[in-house]
Amino acid sequence: MHFFSRFLTSRWGPIITGLIVGILAPLLVKFGNPGNMGICVVCFGRDIAGALGLHRAGAVQYIRPEIIGLVLGAFVAALLSREFKPRTGSAPLVRFLLGMLATFGALVFLGCPWRAYLRLAGGDWNAIFGILGLVAGIVLGIVFLRGGYSLGRSHPAPKALGWVMPAIMVTLLALLILAPQFGRDAEGKPIGPIFFSATGPGSQHAPLLISLAAGLLIGFLAQRSRFCTIGAVRDAILLRDSRLLSGVVALIVSAFAANLALGQFHPGFENQPIAHTDGLWNFGGMALAGLAFTLAGGCPGRQLFLAGEGDADSGLFFVGMLVGAGFAHTYGIASSAAGTGPWGPLAVIAGLLVCVLFGLTMRESEV
Amino acid sequence: MNDTTTVDARGLSCPQPALLVRQALQKLGKGSLEVLVDSGTARENVSRLAKKAGWTVTLEEQSEGNFKITLDK
Repeated sequence: MHFFSRFLTSRWGPIITGLIVGILAPLLVKFGNPGNMGICVVCFGRDIAGALGLHRAGAVQYIRPEIIGLVLGAFVAALLSREFKPRTGSAPLVRFLLGMLATFGALVFLGCPWRAYLRLAGGDWNAIFGILGLVAGIVLGIVFLRGGYSLGRSHPAPKALGWVMPAIMVTLLALLILAPQFGRDAEGKPIGPIFFSATGPGSQHAPLLISLAAGLLIGFLAQRSRFCTIGAVRDAILLRDSRLLSGVVALIVSAFAANLALGQFHPGFENQPIAHTDGLWNFGGMALAGLAFTLAGGCPGRQLFLAGEGDADSGLFFVGMLVGAGFAHTYGIASSAAGTGPWGPLAVIAGLLVCVLFGLTMRESEV
Repeated sequence: MNDTTTVDARGLSCPQPALLVRQALQKLGKGSLEVLVDSGTARENVSRLAKKAGWTVTLEEQSEGNFKITLDK
């Protein structure tokens, strides 16, 4: 365990993690997940929000076991490596809002940074605009970081706080398995509390145990290796440190190879799975997401791994993502294969303004 | 007499610990810098950055998961 752990914290850790994500994600598609969506933290959070009835977009409702696995895998890794440290108090309200806004941006593009890289590796060239936007958002975040932006310090918290997010994940797993139903309305539609898609992306999923196992493995590896799809770009530019970037490169290369081997590589702009071709808002959506994730200290996957370590602020960021997904699919902010939603562009502009305000005004207070 | 500068990076999100230490090291040029961190990620990032810039890194675990990193050049 000790040698393995040291290996994962070395330069090779993110590369191994990226390679495994790049192999598992296309396999999860093969086993039933939606196209180029082996793992997408925002999309899967959106599906969970739908399954809980926070939005009623019938095509995107499912409790994704991958998310549960990512948190619990990181939780186990943190416990074994004595890194389980419950903490909170670093501007939780702002982190909640950043989670919401990052989700607005990512759902205009239709994917988190993980899926942006996976879409690229599947031949979806629309992802290029998204990744360019992501980099632009991260660069803007770096400008704020250089200027002294900070959400302040977190502080040690009671041990029990660190168990809350893992407990929420276990509860979600129970809800997935039990799928309680209160009944049906006059039209015969389920009234909840748990909704599962009968058609559309939400109905496409790998078998529960495979999804859960993949999430657990990735969560374990990523907690040890500090894998982060935002930190990859941020550290390369800000600190001239390519450790995390090499993990993302490994992810893209291995996902490309796995897609080729599985017959899932389909290059082009048109008719890509769960994607649209509006380059401007693919760029804009991910610029918002990139900025919001950078201001929050890491990509949505990293927020889940930190939540598994006991960071309640990261846990709240994820709750913000769920609420953001609820709004995005209730009020026409999320895009669809047909293009952007009626309020998507406005939400991106408003979200960018709010993030810029945070970037300019949040400073660590001198005590 | 203690003229060692200290950077307290406890509780800060990525990439602030590494960023603060880089700024402090550039300002210091050479000498000794103490850094307090409370996460494995910050400990690794600060150590890696300092080593790359030619500083010697000494770790001291003060309590579980809390480290004092001494950087010398």
